[in-house]
Amino acid sequence: MTVETRVLFALLLPLLGVLGVLLARRRPNVREAVSLAVGASLFLAVASLVGPITAGADGHVVLARPLPGVALELRLEPLGVLFALVASFLWVVTTIYAIGYMRGHGEGHQTRFFACFAGAFFGVVGAAFSGNLLTLFFFYEILTVVTYPLVTHAGTEAARRAGRTYLGVLLSTSIGLFLFAIVWTWTVAGTVDFVPGGVLDGRADRVAASVILALFVFGIGKAAVMPFHRWLPAAMVAPTPVSALLHAVAVVKTGVFALLKVSIYVFGTDFLFSVPIREPLLWVAATTIVLASLIAMRKDNLKARLAYSTIGQLSYIVMGALLATPSASVGAGLHVVTHAFGKITLFFAAGAFLVAAHRTEVGQLRGIGRRMPWTSAFFLIGSLSIIGLPPFGGMWSKWLLGLGTLEAGEPWLLGVLLFSALSNFAYLLPIPVHAFFGEPDDPSSLEGVREAPLACRIAMAITASGCVALFCFPGPVHDFLRPVLSVGP
Amino acid sequence: MDHHLPVLVVVTALVGAPLCILVRQPRVVWGLFTAITWSIAAMAVTLLLQVLSEGPVRYALGGWPPPLGIELRVDVLGGFVLTIVSGMAAVVAPYSLRSVEQEVDAARVHQFYAVLLLALTGLLGLTATGDIFNAFVFLEISSLATYVLVSLGRDRRALVSAFRYLVMGTVGGTFFLIGIGFLYVQTGTLNMLDLAAILPQWIDTRTSAVAFAFLTVGLSLKLALFPLHLWLPGAYSYAPSVVSAFLAATATKVAAYLMLRVFFTVFGQAVAFGELPVAATLPAVGLFGALAMSLVAVFQTNLKRLLAYSSIAQIGYIVTAASLGTQAGLTAGIGHLFNHAMMKGALFLAVGCIAYRIGSVRLEEIRGLGRRMPWTAAAIFVGGASLVGMPLTAGFISKWHLVSAILAEGQWGLVALILTSSLLAVAYVWRIVGFLYLRDAPSGAAPVREAPLSMLAPTWALVLANVWFGLDTRGSLGVATQAALGLLGGQP
Repeated sequence: MTVETRVLFALLLPLLGVLGVLLARRRPNVREAVSLAVGASLFLAVASLVGPITAGADGHVVLARPLPGVALELRLEPLGVLFALVASFLWVVTTIYAIGYMRGHGEGHQTRFFACFAGAFFGVVGAAFSGNLLTLFFFYEILTVVTYPLVTHAGTEAARRAGRTYLGVLLSTSIGLFLFAIVWTWTVAGTVDFVPGGVLDGRADRVAASVILALFVFGIGKAAVMPFHRWLPAAMVAPTPVSALLHAVAVVKTGVFALLKVSIYVFGTDFLFSVPIREPLLWVAATTIVLASLIAMRKDNLKARLAYSTIGQLSYIVMGALLATPSASVGAGLHVVTHAFGKITLFFAAGAFLVAAHRTEVGQLRGIGRRMPWTSAFFLIGSLSIIGLPPFGGMWSKWLLGLGTLEAGEPWLLGVLLFSALSNFAYLLPIPVHAFFGEPDDPSSLEGVREAPLACRIAMAITASGCVALFCFPGPVHDFLRPVLSVGP
Repeated sequence: MDHHLPVLVVVTALVGAPLCILVRQPRVVWGLFTAITWSIAAMAVTLLLQVLSEGPVRYALGGWPPPLGIELRVDVLGGFVLTIVSGMAAVVAPYSLRSVEQEVDAARVHQFYAVLLLALTGLLGLTATGDIFNAFVFLEISSLATYVLVSLGRDRRALVSAFRYLVMGTVGGTFFLIGIGFLYVQTGTLNMLDLAAILPQWIDTRTSAVAFAFLTVGLSLKLALFPLHLWLPGAYSYAPSVVSAFLAATATKVAAYLMLRVFFTVFGQAVAFGELPVAATLPAVGLFGALAMSLVAVFQTNLKRLLAYSSIAQIGYIVTAASLGTQAGLTAGIGHLFNHAMMKGALFLAVGCIAYRIGSVRLEEIRGLGRRMPWTAAAIFVGGASLVGMPLTAGFISKWHLVSAILAEGQWGLVALILTSSLLAVAYVWRIVGFLYLRDAPSGAAPVREAPLSMLAPTWALVLANVWFGLDTRGSLGVATQAALGLLGGQP
C-alpha cells in the first residue's frame, strides 16, 4: 500500500469500528473483540507510517475542496504521527481496561459506549493528520460532539448538567474564538495550510498577530487554559475509561496538539517569538499551572483532583508551545507522550478503586494498599512520573521544558515549574503512601475488598511499564520530533 | 422554443392551477402537479445554463417593446432564484402525495394544489419580470395564495396565523406599491432598466429617497426582517407541512431577491450605498435580528416554531451580507439564499415526516425518536449541523463567506454578533438532537414506524444536497459569484 492509502485507511478504521460495534451489539464478546481488533490495527497502521515519515514522505491526501484555496486535506508530520501513535496505543490498552471496568461496574448502554469511543478516534486521527486549520477544526468539532454521549453516559440529571457545561464551553470557545481565528488567519495570510516556518510571518502586523494568537490560545478550549477549563472537571462524571483515555489523553491532547501545530506551522517559532502578546499569554499559562495545582490540593474527590492536575499539566505544554524555543517545543511534544502514560495510569487506578472498593474520595483510601497492592503500586508509579522523578518518563519532558524556559530567557517560569512539581508531590504522593501505610478510619470497611479485575490490572501494568520505558528510551521519540521542532532562534 | 423560456416558466404554473380545479381527482391532480413542477424545474435549469453562457435574456410580453410593454428579464441572479424556487417545488412534489392526503381534506386536495401552483406562479413571475409594477402584481399573487395555504392547516390557530399574515403582508404590499408610485411620479416609467437609467438625475430629490424607504420597508415586511417578522412564526408553524417547507425555502428568498433588485438594479450600488445609508444601517439591523431571533428559538417548545425563528435569524444573515454592498458580501448573501433554502427545506421536510407519523411536533413528543425513526432523525441531525455551520456542510460555506466578507470591511462588532448567534444556533439545534437521541421515549408511547419512502427520499435528497454543496461549491457559490458580478456590473 502507498503511504496515502495507509493514511486514508487509518482514518477510516475507527469508522469501521463504529460500524462493527453497532453490528455486533447483541454479542458483547464479539463487540469488544471488534474494538480491540480495530484499535490494534489502527496502532499498526499508524506505526507503519513512522518509517515513511522519517524518510520524508508527507502522505498528502485531499478529501474535498469546499472553498477555493482551502481543501479538506490530510498531511502527515512527525508531531501528528506521534500523537496518533500514542493515542491509538492507549486506545487498545483502555479497551482492555474498559472491558473489565464496564462489566465489573455493571454499566448500561455499553454498545453506545464502545461505538462513541471508536467514533472519538475518528476525530483524533483526523485531527492528528490534518493538513490545515480547517481540517483540524472539523475533526476537533467531531471529537466534541461524539464524546458528549460518553460524558452524559450515566443519564442522570447531574450528568446532563455536566454535559451542558462540557458542550457549552467547548463549542462556544471553538466556534466563537477558534473559528474566528481561522477565518482571520485566512483573511490575513490567504491560506490556512500548515507550513513549516509558519504562514503569518510578514503578512500579519504585530497587533493582528497578537489578537489571533490570543484567539487561538483561548479558542482551543480543549487545552483547558483558564478561564476556559471548567469543562474538564465537569467531564469527570463520565465512566472512568472515558476520563482516562479521552479526558487525560485523546481530547485534551488534541487541544494542546492543535496549539503546538498553530505555534509551529501557522506562526512559526521565529515569528511567534516576536509577537508581543506572547509574554502575557505565558503569564496566563503559568497562572493556570499554579492555580490548578492549588485547587487540586483542596479536592478530596480523586477524579476531580486528577482533573485539576491535568489542567495544570496541559498548561506545561501550552507554555512549551508559547516559549517557542527548540527545547521547549520538543519538551512540549514529549510531554504529550509522558503525561499521557502517567495520567492514564492514575485514572486507571482511580477507576480500579471505584470498581473494586467503591471508593471515590481520597480520604477513603487509607490502608487500601493492603487489599489492593497492585493498584496502589501502579498509582505510585503514575504519581512519580507526573511529578517528574527518575526513573520515570515524566522527568525528560520536564527537563526539556525547564531548559526551554532558560533558553527563552524566562527563568521565572522555571520557578513556576518547580513550584508545580512540588505541589504535584504534595497532592499526589500522599495518596499511595496513605494507601500502603495509613490506617483506615474504620478497619471493618476493608473487609471483602479485593484487587481490581484482571483486565484492569493488565492495562495498568502496560501503562506503568510505559512510564518506565519512556525514561529508559526517550531517544527515539526525541529524535523523531527533532527535525520539525528545532526550527527556532 | 428556448427563446420563450422566461415566459413559459411562469405560464406553465399559471395554466396548471385551473387545470387542477377541472381535474378534481386527488391522485391525478397530484400527478399533474408533479409533472408541472418537474417540467418547470427542467426549464429553469435550462434557462440558468443559457443565461450563464449567453448573458441575460430579455423577453417582451405580447411583442410590446419595453419600456411601454411589460418585459421579462432573466439574468444570472434571476435564473439562480428561479432554479431554487422551481427546484424546491419539484422536490416537494413527491413528498406532498402522502403528506397532503393526511393533512388536507380529500374534497379540497385539488384546490390545495391549485393554490400552491398559484403561489409558485407568483414567486416565479416576480423573479422573471423586469417590470417593477409587474413584480408587485406577482408578489401579491403569491402572497394571496400563501394566505390561503396557511389557513388550510389542521390546527385552528392556522386561521389566526393566516389572518395575521394577511394583515401584515398587505401592509408590506401596500408600502411596496406606494414606493413604486413615488418612483413612477418621479420618472414616468416602471421598467426596471429604464428606471435605472432615469433615476440618477433625480436621486437628490426627497421623492426618490422616500420611494426607496417605502420599498425597503415593504420588502422587509415580506421577507420577515426583524423586527417586522411577527407574521412568520405562526404562518410556518400551523401551515400544512408541505407548505411550511416550500415557503421556508422559497417565499422569503424571493422577497430577498426583490430587495437585491431594488438596491442594485433599480437604484444601483452607487446610490444605495453612496447616497443612502444602507450599509450603515441594514447590516446591523440584520445581525441584531439574527441574534435576537436565535435567542428566541432556543426557548421554543414546538419544533416548527423553533425552525421558523431560526429562519428569521438566517434571513438576517442574508440581508446583512447583501447590504454590505461589496462583491464579497453580495456573493455570500446570494450563496446563503441558496444554501439556506437547502437546509431549511431539508429540516422542514424532516419535521413534516415526524408530524406525519406522530401527529405532533412538540419537543416533548419527539423524545427518543432517534431510535424509532432513525432516517428522519439523522436527516434532522445533518440538516441541523448545516444550520449551525459545521464544516463539510453548505451552512459552513455560507458562514465562511459571510464572516470573511464582513472581516474584509473591518466590522469586528458584526463578526462578534454572527459568532454569538451561531452559538445560539448550536444551542437550539443541540436541544433538538438531545430530545431525539438522548432522552428515553415517553412511557406508553405508541409504536412508531419510519416515515414512508416517498417522504424520506425528498428529505434526504435535500440533506445530501447540503453535504454536496458543502464539498463542491462550484454549483452554488460559483453561480452566486457570477450573479453578484452581474448585479454590480450594471447591465451587461
